Amino acid sequence: MRAFQSHTGIAASLPFSNIDTDKILPGPFLKTISREGLGRHLFHMMRYDDHGAPRSDFVLNQAPWDQATILVTLDNFGCGSSREHAPWALWDFGVRCIIAPSFADIFYNNCFKNGILPVTFDRRTIDALLLDVSSPSTASLTVSLKPQTVTRTGGEILQFDIEPARKTALLEGRDEISASLDHLSEIEAWEAARQDILPTITF
Amino acid sequence: MSQAAPKTIYEKIWVSHAVATLDDGDTLLYIDRHLVNEVTSPQAFEGLRMSGRSVRRPQGTIAVADHNVPTEDRGEPIVDPESALQVATLERNVAEFGVPYIALQSQDQGIVHVIGPELGLTLPGSTVVCGDSHTSTHGAFGALAFGIGTSEIEHVLATQTLRQRPARNMLIHVTGKLAPGLTAKDLILKIIGRIGTAGANGHVIEYAGDAVVALDMAGRMTLCNMSIEAGARAGLISPDQTVFDYLAGRPFAPKGKALEKAIADWSALRSDPGARYDKVLEIDAASVGDMVTWGTSPEAVGDIEDLAPDPAVIADPDRARQAREMLDYMGLEPNQPLKGIPIDVAFVGSCTNSRIEDLRAAAATIRGRRIAASVRGLVVPGSGRIKAQAEAEGLDRLFRDAGFEWREAGCSMCLGMNPDRLSPGQRCASTSNRNFEGRQGPGGRTHLMSPAMVVESAIKGEISAPERPA
Repeated sequence: MRAFQSHTGIAASLPFSNIDTDKILPGPFLKTISREGLGRHLFHMMRYDDHGAPRSDFVLNQAPWDQATILVTLDNFGCGSSREHAPWALWDFGVRCIIAPSFADIFYNNCFKNGILPVTFDRRTIDALLLDVSSPSTASLTVSLKPQTVTRTGGEILQFDIEPARKTALLEGRDEISASLDHLSEIEAWEAARQDILPTITF
Repeated sequence: MSQAAPKTIYEKIWVSHAVATLDDGDTLLYIDRHLVNEVTSPQAFEGLRMSGRSVRRPQGTIAVADHNVPTEDRGEPIVDPESALQVATLERNVAEFGVPYIALQSQDQGIVHVIGPELGLTLPGSTVVCGDSHTSTHGAFGALAFGIGTSEIEHVLATQTLRQRPARNMLIHVTGKLAPGLTAKDLILKIIGRIGTAGANGHVIEYAGDAVVALDMAGRMTLCNMSIEAGARAGLISPDQTVFDYLAGRPFAPKGKALEKAIADWSALRSDPGARYDKVLEIDAASVGDMVTWGTSPEAVGDIEDLAPDPAVIADPDRARQAREMLDYMGLEPNQPLKGIPIDVAFVGSCTNSRIEDLRAAAATIRGRRIAASVRGLVVPGSGRIKAQAEAEGLDRLFRDAGFEWREAGCSMCLGMNPDRLSPGQRCASTSNRNFEGRQGPGGRTHLMSPAMVVESAIKGEISAPERPA
């Protein structure tokens, strides 16, 4: 797993709620066996017109936000499909942090597995950040996981909450499979105790 | 979750599958059943390969290709090179890692959330995961079933566990009876309309009440299937005789004495009196009508007698703007009646509504009529077994005679990953689960509804509901 400690970058405003994972990365782009290279399809329908030309009215097609590494958006970001291709596409585009009032569960979880930090604030704070990042001169934010802070361009520091377990794992970039396999004897004991009722598939 | 405190069914399954408590407070939760598809698994197998790990319990795992597969001739190779590569990659991975696999040509092939239950792979009290959000379907059996990402697929393959923290509990209690002719699809759309697409975020929904108990297994699966559309981690229903009867005789379900013993255990799997819920929704089944979505989120839904909303009278500026954008994408006017919107395509299928009961309800709506000349109609059974059953009952003939295409099993037009897609601007009456922008094909417009409504709409050429018995 990738670690996240601190990041400074341009933030882009996506002032919409319920941005689903089909919107982040449409179904036709899931036909890959790799994690790489999905950034060019990120937000495909919002980003390109029917002929594949960039839509000039979409924020990620405008300087300086074409270099954005942080997104500020509204409620329930990442709802719908469980596709981890959504965070892969975000990462590949360069996104390292997403700030929203709330996230959909599976997407939220998938972010942590990919070194992307999802940050939640109340709506009032989000509105202030949306306003900030809509102007090139105040679009830069610094996000630090250890102190749990977002620093606005003007220097104001905003404190966010995060579950301690998720924080630790992301700070360390922990290999969760290795950590879980440290408990192999407990897994084996659990299986042994239920050997007769454990559903088994054999052809 | 102390031993003495009354527990929900979710908490009971959780406790019984907790292998270890981790340093960081997470629980290592044992996964009984891991369903694998071709779209979300390649990178997980690749991860195993790179780290030199194996699949810990292949006999708890089963793989099938469903998302990508063409639903026309099964004898032909897959034309799309990317789809063909994904399916070939799955076949290579299952062979290399020893994972049981249902081949594309097998009659057991189908949508993973259809064949799991159908083959008796989904059992009450078990934990079921799959790299697909509609894994919530399996909660109809009183299983704890939820969708996971690819990193978690790799974790389950390697360890047969997941690192989890408990979700909150939500009870949706549906009193009374659905009017004759209405279905679980109408009920779940009503619920999502009520609580919104984030209404159950962070929660596992338990469905209960007379109207839920009265549903057959297909209806219960439809209900649990769309829990994710309300944001829920999972949806589940206490197992009862309807579940036990369904499981008897299924290939992988326990048999004989083992089944008797299992039923005795499963019968105790219900929430204790006094169990605590973080959220409770009471809903009267009599308030449910013929439901149809008008927008690009499942929560943008109404009764067929309703009008599309008027953004001008929506007080909240965000919601007003959203409604305006949705109407614009959908090509609808404010206050336009939902009934009578002309359609181009009618789709019966998907993990929500492709079971034999759905097909029977769809076929029964035809009553000797033909679909409108302007409409393309597709009926896509959820599995090879369902296809065979429908053909044995003569349903395929009814569909074909009415002008519908009768297809091979797969996800088909639910998600635009295979050749069954809408063209830009086309409008579809669909039994699937998501009406997101572009979901059924770029620029496509989706109206979610029940199978009977899709067929009635296909016949009339516009959004319609069959006349219901009084």
